[in-house]
Amino acid sequence: MTAEIIRLVDVSKVYGSGDATVHAVDHVSLAVHEGDFLAVMGPSGSGKSTLMHILGCLDVPTSGEYLFAGEDVSAMNERELASIRNRRIGFVFQQFHLLSSMSAWRNVELPLLYRTARDRKQMALNALAQVGLTGRVQHRPNELSGGQQQRVAIARALVTDPTMILADEPTGNLDSKASREVLDILTGLNKSGHTIVLITHDPNVARVAERIVEMADGRLMDRVAA
Amino acid sequence: MSLLRTFDTGMRGLLGHRLRSILTTLGILFGVAAVICTVGIGTASADSVNSRIAALGTNLLTVSPGSTTSFGVRGGSGSANTLTMEDVAGLEDKQDAPDVAAVAPVVSGTATLVSTSTNWSTTVNGSSPGWLVTNARSLSAGVFFTQQQVDQHAQVVVLGTTTAQDLGVTVGSQVTISGAPFDVVGILTATGSTGFTNNDDLAVVPITTAQDQITSGSPDSVQRILLSATSSATIGSAYLEADQLLLQTHHVTNTASADFNITSASTLASTAASVTTTLTILLASVAAISLLVGGIGVMNIMLVSVTERTQEIGLRKALGATPRDLLRQFLIEAATLSFIGGVLGVGAGLLAGFLVPRLAGIAVTITATPVIISVCVAAGVGLIFGVYPAARAARLAPIAALRAE
Repeated sequence: MTAEIIRLVDVSKVYGSGDATVHAVDHVSLAVHEGDFLAVMGPSGSGKSTLMHILGCLDVPTSGEYLFAGEDVSAMNERELASIRNRRIGFVFQQFHLLSSMSAWRNVELPLLYRTARDRKQMALNALAQVGLTGRVQHRPNELSGGQQQRVAIARALVTDPTMILADEPTGNLDSKASREVLDILTGLNKSGHTIVLITHDPNVARVAERIVEMADGRLMDRVAA
Repeated sequence: MSLLRTFDTGMRGLLGHRLRSILTTLGILFGVAAVICTVGIGTASADSVNSRIAALGTNLLTVSPGSTTSFGVRGGSGSANTLTMEDVAGLEDKQDAPDVAAVAPVVSGTATLVSTSTNWSTTVNGSSPGWLVTNARSLSAGVFFTQQQVDQHAQVVVLGTTTAQDLGVTVGSQVTISGAPFDVVGILTATGSTGFTNNDDLAVVPITTAQDQITSGSPDSVQRILLSATSSATIGSAYLEADQLLLQTHHVTNTASADFNITSASTLASTAASVTTTLTILLASVAAISLLVGGIGVMNIMLVSVTERTQEIGLRKALGATPRDLLRQFLIEAATLSFIGGVLGVGAGLLAGFLVPRLAGIAVTITATPVIISVCVAAGVGLIFGVYPAARAARLAPIAALRAE
């Protein structure tokens, strides 16, 4: 049995109060193990974004227990959460979120600035090589295609050697060819041992994962991958 | 995150947003330079007016006769001969006028002075040793005549430098004034001109001698009485003492019909000082407005970039930056811009202070106060509006910041 990275027990996230109460995440329990490739699927409004924020330590649950690699995240303050995000999680966003004023390798270097790291440039170049962008390290985001930009973002997620890569609709802004490339890279990373959690509304995208869970109205249903 | 790395990140942020950085720096630069330059012009003009007035002798009071009314026609000021040697004696009384340091009666006329080589027509003043003190003059050679020489109607003369040069005489020479021989006992130190009067072209003789030989009129009457107060602080009380004393001796009960006038250079000085103060305030407010406009420019640029910044802040937070890391980064960015803007602004202000007098002929005096105030205000605006919106964004949840539109 491989090590448990994520353990959600009875986690809820509640917004508002009284009649306007919304249970965005409603008593969800989930476990992710090292080396897993999990897809969280669901239509918009199903609560998958809120779940992703909790998994990514960008937000804390209202109730329930969240253990990340054995550490209790639900009790952490902002500083500790920042440290968990920096050390353990690599983010890939739908909007890429690259800083337009910086070159590709400077963007990849960014998370390394918030930790102790030597040879930051070499680490950034290695990560860019892993996503096949060795020839684009000095390019700015606006000089790259959408697919290339998302690959820079994946390199940025990789560079810290995170415990888990969390990809939120990584193909949502890409055409089918670029989507294919990005999904191939993610699959390749999983094959080489990275734990990946993919959030998407698209069944065709979710299909690349080993395991798919489906979300509806804040509740989670397990579904065996096809 | 180490301070050095934060500094590096901050610099990278500035270079990454070159236009924003340049505009902010310019806003601070022009604000600071405008303040330094305009306040410098105001200060210089105030200084120049004050020094010209100081040359007149700020302790000096001049008593001149009032007007006469003959057959219903009111003459001009000074048309009466109402001042006498008795008034002079009264004003010299230390008990009645303790704040009057020196008194000098003056009669004057124009006469031709003849030396062995040439002749020269100039103003001849008859006065007493008090003349030297009340006029704030000194001698470059020889001595001034004494009270004893005044009492003896001595034939001695003190000459202005211009007069002495034109006559070709020195101390010990003899000149003839209106046909009578005079010994030159002293030469005055040169002071230059006040308005149209050349203060170095004159002759001063004992008042008694002048009344005998040079000016016509009663030997008892004087044309003006010069008073000097013990200091510029006591000039007001010296004025009141002289006024009271003369009203009494002239038996005048209604001050409106006084037959004399007392004027002072400090009246002029205070008027001029208030004019230059007004001018300085005007220039300072122009400068303050330019500082304000520069500040608003800086503020605008900073606020406009908040959305972009907020997304950057959200991303950095997601990647592991703490609010403290972010605050430090923005503080360094804003402080650098403010510092560069301030230094360049002082440089531009000093350059203007150097160029304006040469190109426009307007004097500029640069003092420390406007430099310090303008740099502090401009840098403060840069810092506050650079840091405050970013600090607020740094407190947002990372997701909220990432989604900022």
